[in-house]
Amino acid sequence: MSARVSPLREPLILGNKNYHQITEDICAPTERAPSRQWIIGFMIAVAGLGLYLFSVIWTVWNGIGSWNLNRTIGWGWDITNFVWWVGIGHAGTLISAILLLLRQKWRTGVNRAAEAMTIFAVICAGQFPIIHMGRVWMAIFIFPYPNTRGPLWPNFNSPLFWDVFAISTYFTVSLLFWYTGLVPDFATVRDRATGWRRKLYDNLAFGWTGSAKHWQRWEALSLVLAGISTPLVLSVHTIVSFDFATSVIPGWHTTIFPPYFVAGAIFSGFAMVQTLMLVVRKLFKLEDYITLQHVESMNKVIVLTGTIVGVAYLTELFIAWYSGYIYEQFAFYNRAMGIYWWSYFGMMLCNVLSPQIFWVKKYRRDLWVTFFMSIFINIGMWFERFVIIATTLARDYLPSSWSYYSPSWVEIGLFVGSLGLFFTCFLIFARIAPVVAIAEIKSILKTMGDQYTGVNALNKKHDDHDLHTEDAHGHH
Amino acid sequence: MKVYNKEILYGLYDDEVPLLRAVSAAQKSHLDIWDVFSPFPVHGLDPILGLEESRLHQAGFIFGMTGTATALGFMSWAFLKDWPIIFGNKPYWPLPSFIPVTFELTVLFASVGMVITFYTICGMGPGVKNPTLHDRITDDKFCIAFDVSGASAAEVEKYQSFFAKTGASEVTTKRI
Repeated sequence: MSARVSPLREPLILGNKNYHQITEDICAPTERAPSRQWIIGFMIAVAGLGLYLFSVIWTVWNGIGSWNLNRTIGWGWDITNFVWWVGIGHAGTLISAILLLLRQKWRTGVNRAAEAMTIFAVICAGQFPIIHMGRVWMAIFIFPYPNTRGPLWPNFNSPLFWDVFAISTYFTVSLLFWYTGLVPDFATVRDRATGWRRKLYDNLAFGWTGSAKHWQRWEALSLVLAGISTPLVLSVHTIVSFDFATSVIPGWHTTIFPPYFVAGAIFSGFAMVQTLMLVVRKLFKLEDYITLQHVESMNKVIVLTGTIVGVAYLTELFIAWYSGYIYEQFAFYNRAMGIYWWSYFGMMLCNVLSPQIFWVKKYRRDLWVTFFMSIFINIGMWFERFVIIATTLARDYLPSSWSYYSPSWVEIGLFVGSLGLFFTCFLIFARIAPVVAIAEIKSILKTMGDQYTGVNALNKKHDDHDLHTEDAHGHH
Repeated sequence: MKVYNKEILYGLYDDEVPLLRAVSAAQKSHLDIWDVFSPFPVHGLDPILGLEESRLHQAGFIFGMTGTATALGFMSWAFLKDWPIIFGNKPYWPLPSFIPVTFELTVLFASVGMVITFYTICGMGPGVKNPTLHDRITDDKFCIAFDVSGASAAEVEKYQSFFAKTGASEVTTKRI
């Protein structure tokens, strides 16, 4: 089916692939013995996971007193990490849902890994509010269940209660969406496997056969899940921002928070996708499927969302000044020039200034620049949450209770350890599941494969209509 | 002992265009196709094959509305009937506060309900092993299958000649 594609479109699948070659390439990492880089990476990740478990046990055993929070600053690294991880968890569903509705074909190369990243990031995020409770076995109190206390229900007016529902719904829906997308690909791996691997993938593939009616339902399901995940992904970080915005703390009580948080979430999520994809394409030799075109598209999203975030930062400062209200003005003066000024400038540098180099095409397509920028942005976005949380709390209503906060080793261990948890999950996923959506890549091959696009698309046209001109063009 | 229910005659095609042509040809000569299998969704196949549009999204709507009703109904009942409390001088029935949770439960019920429905009506699920015809169907082969359980030799011959005419690369009978 040589569908006509604009010659200006860049191919998304390189190397003149056919369907079988796509299967071979993408299944290969799950079929060969793990490479040395993978094993080293996995060992580092598991060490991080060990640190995480140790810090969690330490916290639960000794109580929240082992952290450096104080009466003034009641939220520190823990909630910063929570918001940071949830934010990172936004790119996956954005790529798979919103870009599906917008018919962006480049999403097929990255959606699988991005969705996996979403799920693992939300797993990391969800732990922090629970650990923060101190008595983690009381976590069940956040759910409205019949109880012996009245029955007393949770406060349905509370954004913290909304958050419980937002995060758990987001996790569940993302997991279902991801797994349903994986089922046909697990079947592909199953049909190539033998022995115990055949048994494993037999179970993972849920009995997929590839029947026409099943494909039709599968597509209908994907489309509706994408449709309802789109407002979902926007609602989740909106509700996370309500944790702050519905409070009466100057600097938090702002209506700009929902859009500002959502843009920041997409921004940091795409940065994390870039970090992971650049490693994955190299490690698993998937350069033909995750191309420079994919990297460039994601960098365009990064420069857009980074700029939105920058506009939000400046709008906050402007509105504080324009309000003429000195307490609001102090909150923002303190945010930029107060005790945590270094964190504010780190945030501005990493999130607003440095991504602007992506206006230049050369840098958008440069893998090293992209890699360093992606790390930079994630540092910047962590700073953003720290700035909002710690700086604001450190200068509260009563100057006598003003305070300063720096984390204890337990809090640092929890943060670094949560990275270990995340990468352990991701590395296991990358070994077991195809990291690129095989069926979806095949379905765009005839329109986006390099033998069907660009100059080749023009030649194809000549092939069809006028075979004599082929020699004049020289290549095919 | 393994029990077989059906005897299936199938042919494999190498690409989606030959598959679509073959399915059209089969429909024109009134051959009763049992099923068509492909490694990815082939667009344009459903109308030729005469598959009706899936009603999964209608089920999704009903599940979603169930979620809406559950969330709104439960929170209203808890705050109006079961244990009315005044929070910060707000009304007993603070409808705007109910919007986030109502929305989330609408999405949750719709997605979980649709996914369960999908796996149920497709006869799939954890631990389910459905018989497959050929290992390359999930790789790069496109398959048309006829149910020939108890078919006469003349019928089988008709199918065989159909496969030969439409260029199937591999034609096999398999009991499943």
